[in-house]
Amino acid sequence: MTAHSPIPKVKTFVAVWATLIVLTGATSAISYVELGDWNVVVALAIAVIKASLVVWVFMGVRYTTTLTRLFVVAGLVWLSIMMLITFSDYRTRNWTYQAQPWSHTKGVGGTSSPSR
Amino acid sequence: MAETVVHVDHQDASVEATHLRHHFASAQQQMDASTLGMWTFLVTEVLFFGGMFAGYAVYRAMYPAAFASTSRFMNIVLGGTNTAVLICSSLTMALAVRAAQLSKRKALIVLLIVTMIFGLVFLYIKWVEWHAHWEEHMVPGFDFQYPVPQFAHTAQILFFLYFMMTGMHALHMIVGVGLLTYLLVQATRRVFNENYFAPVEMIGLYWHFVDIVWIFLFPLLYLIGQQHS
Amino acid sequence: MATLAHGTPEVIAEEVNYLNVEHGWKSWLFTTDHKRIAILYLISITLMFIVGGTFAVMMRINLLSPEGNYFSATTYNRLFSMHGIIMVFFFLVPSIPATLANFLIPIMIGAKDLAFPRVNLLSWYLYVIGAFVTMYCVFVGGVDTGWTFYAPYSSTYSNSYVLPAVAGVFVAGFSSILTGLNFIVTVHKMRAPGMTWGRLPLFVWSNYATALLQVLGTPVLAISLTLIAFERIAHVGIFDPNIGGDPILFQHLFWFYSHPAVYIMILPGMGVISEIVACFSRKRVFGYNFVAFSSMAIAVLSFLVWGHHMFVTGESVYVSVAFSLLSFVVAVPSAIKVFNWTATMYKGSVSFDTPMLYAFGFIGLFTIGGLTGLFLATLAIDVPTHGTYFVVAHFHYVMVGGMVMAFMGGLHFWWPKMTGRLYSQIWSQLSAVIIFIGFNLTFFPQFILGYMGMPRRYHAYPPEFQMLNVMSSAGASILAIGYIIPLIYFLWSLKYGPKAGNNPWRATGLEWQIASPPTTYNFDETPIVTEEAYNYGPLEEAIG
Repeated sequence: MTAHSPIPKVKTFVAVWATLIVLTGATSAISYVELGDWNVVVALAIAVIKASLVVWVFMGVRYTTTLTRLFVVAGLVWLSIMMLITFSDYRTRNWTYQAQPWSHTKGVGGTSSPSR
Repeated sequence: MAETVVHVDHQDASVEATHLRHHFASAQQQMDASTLGMWTFLVTEVLFFGGMFAGYAVYRAMYPAAFASTSRFMNIVLGGTNTAVLICSSLTMALAVRAAQLSKRKALIVLLIVTMIFGLVFLYIKWVEWHAHWEEHMVPGFDFQYPVPQFAHTAQILFFLYFMMTGMHALHMIVGVGLLTYLLVQATRRVFNENYFAPVEMIGLYWHFVDIVWIFLFPLLYLIGQQHS
Repeated sequence: MATLAHGTPEVIAEEVNYLNVEHGWKSWLFTTDHKRIAILYLISITLMFIVGGTFAVMMRINLLSPEGNYFSATTYNRLFSMHGIIMVFFFLVPSIPATLANFLIPIMIGAKDLAFPRVNLLSWYLYVIGAFVTMYCVFVGGVDTGWTFYAPYSSTYSNSYVLPAVAGVFVAGFSSILTGLNFIVTVHKMRAPGMTWGRLPLFVWSNYATALLQVLGTPVLAISLTLIAFERIAHVGIFDPNIGGDPILFQHLFWFYSHPAVYIMILPGMGVISEIVACFSRKRVFGYNFVAFSSMAIAVLSFLVWGHHMFVTGESVYVSVAFSLLSFVVAVPSAIKVFNWTATMYKGSVSFDTPMLYAFGFIGLFTIGGLTGLFLATLAIDVPTHGTYFVVAHFHYVMVGGMVMAFMGGLHFWWPKMTGRLYSQIWSQLSAVIIFIGFNLTFFPQFILGYMGMPRRYHAYPPEFQMLNVMSSAGASILAIGYIIPLIYFLWSLKYGPKAGNNPWRATGLEWQIASPPTTYNFDETPIVTEEAYNYGPLEEAIG
């Protein structure tokens, strides 16, 4: 925040606090419902919303400079780079490639799609 | 973006009032530098915790059954309570920063104390959880005995990550409480007012960041896998 | 050949500067003046360079004979590990940023100090603590895991002193993070009026990009070393394949930092070369925008290539192909810089002062090192050359032939500014040539050895490799002499060297417009910048 940035009202902070508490309850409750793979997605989505509220309001990013916002985004982007690329190694390690002989006379040859 | 701007006139504030250090050209520059510096530090913390989250994600994907098994031993009530405790502490911290910006010294002191109490409550509950794990021989490296034999080995890895991540987080909380103590002492000495509140705001940023880490730790460690228990 | 312009009599008179303004050890150990901290760092990293260099000499002595039994195999393993750890973390990573950039960046942008002077001092304290912990490790016997600390050897099986080593590196890592943080905030917030991003010296751009790498990458090193430490202390099994841990996870986390780290170790050098080439060609740097943006491109791309260190580990083939392609891409901005430096010299008025000799050496040797990096980025070539002396030669060409030469060049260029003294022209030019010859004799044979199959980190080798190894060791002794000579004439110059004026090289840049050595607060008044960087006019117009 700069010296001239607005000072939020108490109401604003309390409203965010209440939202965070409600979302905490919601995410806890949903965790008991069987949604398969979607459980992770929903839980992380709610966590992202909560974190965004803290960053935007409590940490003042709402009123801060573009540069600060760029730094916040950069941190998240770099975290994603690390996690996504590392993960893609593990996910694609067992993909196999079956090389097929080249053949003119035979019909459709074997496919060479990655299989796990 | 449209916003109501509250103009606080700092132009006439003296060098002493703004604690202006000699190498800065203005109080505004000093404030901007502090803010950018703290955010840069928080970016390093994102990457630091991120390494552990990456390890967690990899092992969770590798051993989903073992992971589901371990999630049974996470105390969702204590974890959820702790989440609420930290959210409350973030509220009081944000209000404390606001109090400093408005030169409300008494409110600042009270809010800092309440924030610290919330932080200590969090640490106490964490200790209770860890102690319970210790009693049940769930601490890797210290006579780890997992009740489900087929997952014994991989559960050890997952529990290690649990202790690493919550332990690192707790360490940051302890540091945070220490920083709040420093702020409290300074506040009682009437250091903070609308001309100088940067330390409160910066430590507030740190405190909120530690809260955010927990906002992600809670679902990842406690909630996912609960439906299998 | 340009002659060194001596200062006018008024400047030579003993003025108060940052060196003589206060005396006594307290004024140095508790200083917050970025220039004094830079000198403290310079002394520290020189000491560590001597330690790391001694280990290298011991290794090369051992490699004179194929049996390699001058030292035992165990000792040899500890020698190359400590050599790597000290040279990477305690010399190369801090080298230019903590010394030259620390000294110059505030001055180059027209500021009185860095944004956070006390954090700067803390950064040096952390470096010293890390160095002490690492030296403790050396004295109790050292670590033998290689500077890469691969699991599960480091975490489970090694009998050496892994914990002090990772602790020392961990602490030094935080020193690096704080330096980077300081530079980022300084460059964003402390530029003088008129000093737009487009007017910054390229040295500032390079160190800014380096700072981004330090801030974004080093924390991941910290966590990977912490995991090794816990594994070692409590045997928790995170990297233990016996219980389902994955050693490759360590490598992912380690190289996520350590690849950008090699760019931390070269970008500042590139910044120095830009400054030197411009000054000694009497011409502005060709393609300023390209050079500036190439630093940023290198910073971003360097985070996307780490898997090229892991091609033969069982990493996914698909991901390896992606990493290989991206490694080719990251070479492009580096090549852009080389072309731009060359174009700067074209139709310039080139002189052969010592800094420029180092710049020539850099351009040639870095090009060789960079090109051999492309060979290694090619999957098919990496399979037989991974883990051989080809890799060793590649990274020594970029690190020593590149970065150390740039560091020496920068030291020679800015020594008059930092100390107010001139050094011997003849001896400095001679030692630059000795270093160049010694370096090539040491490391070129290693390309051939690696291509022929000699593995790295081995204390012994088949007899047919002996001749090349002897050449390499002979080169190492010449290189060592080349590094010792500057130590002597630099120290000599402090007492007996002629006083330099403000601008002995007649270079452009704010640092050359203030006194040599500068005063504590650098500028009497905040400068207002109205010109582009490298505003070199015709040779007759002296500046400063």
